[in-house]
Amino acid sequence: MSFIELQDVYKIYKNGVTAIADMSLKIKKGDFVFVIGHTACGKSTLIKMLYREEKPTKGNVFVGGVNVAKLKNSKVYKLRRKIGIVFQDYKLLPKLTAYENVAFVLESYGYKESEIKPKVIEALTRVGLKEKLRSFPDEMSGGEQQRVCIARAIVNKPKVLVCDEPTGNLDPDTSKEIMKVIDSINKEMGTTIIMATHDRDIVNRMKKRVVVIKEGVIAGDYEKGSYKVDEAH
Amino acid sequence: MKPIRILFRSISSAFKSVIRNLSLSVASISCIIITLILVAFAVLLSANINNFTSDIEDDLTMVVFVKKETTDEEIEDLKKNIDAVPNIRDVVYKSKVQIKDEMSKEDETYNRIMSEWKEDENPLKPAFIISVDKIEVMGETANTIMNLEHVDIVKYGKNMVESLVDIFDIVKKVTYVAVIALVFVTAFLISNTIKITIYSRKNEIDIMRLVGTSNMVIKLPFLFEGLFLGIIGSILPVIFTIYGYIFLYDKMGGVMFTKIISLINPYDFVFKVSAVLVVIGAVVGMYGSYKAVRRYLKI
Repeated sequence: MSFIELQDVYKIYKNGVTAIADMSLKIKKGDFVFVIGHTACGKSTLIKMLYREEKPTKGNVFVGGVNVAKLKNSKVYKLRRKIGIVFQDYKLLPKLTAYENVAFVLESYGYKESEIKPKVIEALTRVGLKEKLRSFPDEMSGGEQQRVCIARAIVNKPKVLVCDEPTGNLDPDTSKEIMKVIDSINKEMGTTIIMATHDRDIVNRMKKRVVVIKEGVIAGDYEKGSYKVDEAH
Repeated sequence: MKPIRILFRSISSAFKSVIRNLSLSVASISCIIITLILVAFAVLLSANINNFTSDIEDDLTMVVFVKKETTDEEIEDLKKNIDAVPNIRDVVYKSKVQIKDEMSKEDETYNRIMSEWKEDENPLKPAFIISVDKIEVMGETANTIMNLEHVDIVKYGKNMVESLVDIFDIVKKVTYVAVIALVFVTAFLISNTIKITIYSRKNEIDIMRLVGTSNMVIKLPFLFEGLFLGIIGSILPVIFTIYGYIFLYDKMGGVMFTKIISLINPYDFVFKVSAVLVVIGAVVGMYGSYKAVRRYLKI
């Protein structure tokens, strides 16, 4: 079985809107996959289903052998410890420093202080923020805040990194730097990356697998694909 | 070790939250203080009522006068029959000579009159002094005894006993209802405080959920916060109880209005009431936050 697998998945919201219809998808361990499509095409729903923020109405969603669709609410946290999530709006706690924002994840897992420090410093060093440990989010640029968000996502060495438009709020140059960081995580740590994005330049430049979603169904799936305007829109 | 670490982190996080949301914490602690002071009033009052009700119950006796011509054997039989009546706690027989002696000792005028009586001129009747278990049914007990052979008169403070019992019963019930109502008001206030804390930390809770923090770890700090608010809120009421009650007790000379109604000795008693207040504060704090966490923390 693939590391991530969707089998005949439907997601119909309570208001009757069908976000995902009969979707099947396989992603191998260590893959880097872009999920592209226009706004409200269903890519965010797909991403959210991977970490069980949304539950499929029908079908199965396997992540690392676990059927997320059948996972009890009380066990969801176990799944999320295996998945790192990178958000468009970073979701950092404004009153905590960069170090504390990353450390609090491990603290909440019950790690010892002596275990936390090296892991946090390693994660922040990997994203190039070793010098900013004591900075608060409002003292950092958007790119730096996104790096803290990535460091927080990888600090527990997850098997998969789910990124929901991580460069959506960033300028092209900063976006490139962020993509370098994410690419290095994929190559050096072997982490599977799934990234929903609108950023045509990034998709075209990186030549990774591209899954195109249109009105809740997969309209195309290309190895080393590119952002095709006619398919995504 | 992991659960202990998580426990300590939750406690520290709860403590920080109390400090961080200081104005909110002060507001709810103030509410808890007021409520617990009222609870303290109610507990002190109801305990004292219970105390002097049982004092009065212990002191209340029934006097059963025996017919004059009754022989010693018949008196012996009557005692057995009285012992067999339900609700009887204690029966003491007093011969007419004993009664005369006691009355003579009690009052100088009685003494002067009675000292002139010759032994066979004593007009008093022998009697049984009876104490009962439940004064609520003293009337029924008296009626049963009245129907026994050789019984002349049964006397007890019927109206006084019944009205005292009724009044104390009402006061006790009112204080119990007041205590229960106040406990619920406190729980509601704490629940509201925790609800606001949850809303003010919504962002943090969302992030914790998304990074895989277990529900228990998310909930624990809020439960501890309620516990802290409850315990901190009980400090002033405890001081009020200890010093206030001791002051009142000394000022009133250990009795309320009349010597019949004696107050409970403060030592031991105030500490027990204080412990009750801390426990109520802690339990109500936890319960209030548990309610808020269950209702408003959708995880």
